[in-house]
Amino acid sequence: MSACLRLCTAASCRSRGATALLEHCRKALASDQTQLRVKEVGCLGPCSDGPLLAIDPADRLLSLQEVNGSDLETSLAEALQRGNAATGLKQWQPSGSRELSSDEPFLNLQRRLVLGRCGVVDPESLADALAAGAWQQLPRVLEQNDPAAVIELVRRSGLRGRGGAGYPTGLKWATVAAMPGSQKVVVCNADEGDPGAFMDRTLMEGDPHTLLEGMAIAAFAVGAQQGFIYVRAEYPLAIERLRTAISAAEQQGWLGRGIGGSGFSFEIELRVGAGAYVCGEETALIHSIEGQRGVPRPRPPYPAEHGVFGLPTLINNVETFGNIPALLELGVEAYGTGTKVFSLTGHVQRSGVLEVPMGTSLRTIVETMGGGAPQGRQIKAVQTGGPSGGCVPASALDSPVDYDSLKALGTIMGSGGMVVLDDTTNMVDIAAFFIAFSREESCGKCIPCRSGTVQLEMLLRKLLERRGQATDLEQLEALCHTVADASLCGLGQSAPKPVLSTLRHFRGDYLALLPAAGVQR
Amino acid sequence: MPLPLDQPQSGAELYEGLDPVLQRHGHQAHGLIEVLNHAQQLYGHLSEPLLRHIARQLQLPFSRVQGTASFYHLFRFKAPARHSCLVCTGTACHVLGAAQLLADLRNAGMEELGVELGSVRCIGTCSGAPLVVVDGEVWNHVSSAAVLKRLRELEP
Repeated sequence: MSACLRLCTAASCRSRGATALLEHCRKALASDQTQLRVKEVGCLGPCSDGPLLAIDPADRLLSLQEVNGSDLETSLAEALQRGNAATGLKQWQPSGSRELSSDEPFLNLQRRLVLGRCGVVDPESLADALAAGAWQQLPRVLEQNDPAAVIELVRRSGLRGRGGAGYPTGLKWATVAAMPGSQKVVVCNADEGDPGAFMDRTLMEGDPHTLLEGMAIAAFAVGAQQGFIYVRAEYPLAIERLRTAISAAEQQGWLGRGIGGSGFSFEIELRVGAGAYVCGEETALIHSIEGQRGVPRPRPPYPAEHGVFGLPTLINNVETFGNIPALLELGVEAYGTGTKVFSLTGHVQRSGVLEVPMGTSLRTIVETMGGGAPQGRQIKAVQTGGPSGGCVPASALDSPVDYDSLKALGTIMGSGGMVVLDDTTNMVDIAAFFIAFSREESCGKCIPCRSGTVQLEMLLRKLLERRGQATDLEQLEALCHTVADASLCGLGQSAPKPVLSTLRHFRGDYLALLPAAGVQR
Repeated sequence: MPLPLDQPQSGAELYEGLDPVLQRHGHQAHGLIEVLNHAQQLYGHLSEPLLRHIARQLQLPFSRVQGTASFYHLFRFKAPARHSCLVCTGTACHVLGAAQLLADLRNAGMEELGVELGSVRCIGTCSGAPLVVVDGEVWNHVSSAAVLKRLRELEP
């Protein structure tokens, strides 16, 4: 491997000054004869240590958090004068930088299948992606020319939707493939709206070609010609990099008509959202792609039958598509139980993006990899699944992270946002935060959600302002069940989950807000 | 409602920057949100004449265009101030004090600085929480005092 500096310029490191550091590196290399390359890459993982710089071939990772740009430039130029790039950079330690050992649990407990090329390739360069193995599975699939075999492979792998609900992916693909008609659509749900979740942003910014290849393979398997990526407007860099990747893939003939000389045609269009959380719900998303208000409708008919423009439509999340190339490359056996990407944030020492084998325990993720709560504090809970999820108490940290274990704890896997809450957190305040979110994002179509979330928030505020009574708690719980049972779509059905899960695991926090027994009126 | 076809200023010349995106979507209704996004990028906000122009170009009733635009949080109907300051109110920012930050800034008289204060639901760079986005640039780990100090240093 030739010598190369990989500097993360994804959104998080960028917000910490990575682009300025990039310029300094380039200046230092301007007069260099050693052919050292510096390239922009996507997320390297531990965002809280960013900006991050990886050095090849030494396989070193440096945190440049306390590094001054001009010092970096001088120090790099000096290191290169001392010898060739590979030897000069072996010991290079610009002042203020901190080396992250590859033995760090945050790094070595990961299994990067979806994010295998993220942080390795330049996301704006198709040549770089190709050199790292992108777009190798689609030609194989086209050569074998057996869509049913692809679907069968996905089914046997046990892959489930990574967007939250965990629907079996193979089954979904088979349903769309079985629909009559020659016109079908594949949609990628990239409306990553859960606050505290940024796994999909990471893949789109770091390795967009894996997503595009996964979508193209899915399109071939189900017989679709038209694809849409619905991406939220809050991710400008992801949008820019997707646009670049789509047009590069079109130029190389990986997207468009007659792909790879076969009879298979597939085009992908980008659709940018406009800030409506409910558009993550699949029927609302379809309406939004069609240029309408993002209001959900009852199912059935499911999108597989009646989707975008009334055509049979396959909708999967970014990470689900991101699994496909790796799955095809490895085969079902080596793929095993697969992985899940999480974004770890909140009251935790090390935050960032990590991909771990499915079934890793919460404790491993939060304490071993994330370093636990800040000094002197204790973990109280871990919030998973955003506004549709709940809080896992510290006592249940040994649970494995998989769809069914989290469901049993009253929360959901969700898309993979994981917010650590320490012992300074009032869980009623957290419940109120999520209910306020759902109230604001409710589309207003059905009454249980539209009015229910308003009433739930009022009850929670009443408790927080210490105006509540024991009867308010009962009413709160009853109303939660009404909203969950009677709402039209997933937003309303899951909106009460943060309240119900905190009532279940942290009832003490609620009771502490009630007037002391004996003085009750 | 009759379309104001007889308006003297049709908007066609005023808004010709929109032509490429209108063409890309074949002047079809399904391109509406893409067109609105581009229109806001080009002209800063969605004024009534601009919305009427889009309605005509896509052959949609004005009510349908306005009804759709008003559904989405990111579309704005008033001209923006010189600077914008968005406080992130996502979960990670919330548990690290975003509500107090927003309240403090709200009481700080931002209008005088030519700054429009708003909020955004998670921009997905939570390791910098609590954070604000000022004119598209992310400021990490901020306090209200630090934000105000830097806002005062912006070009008026």
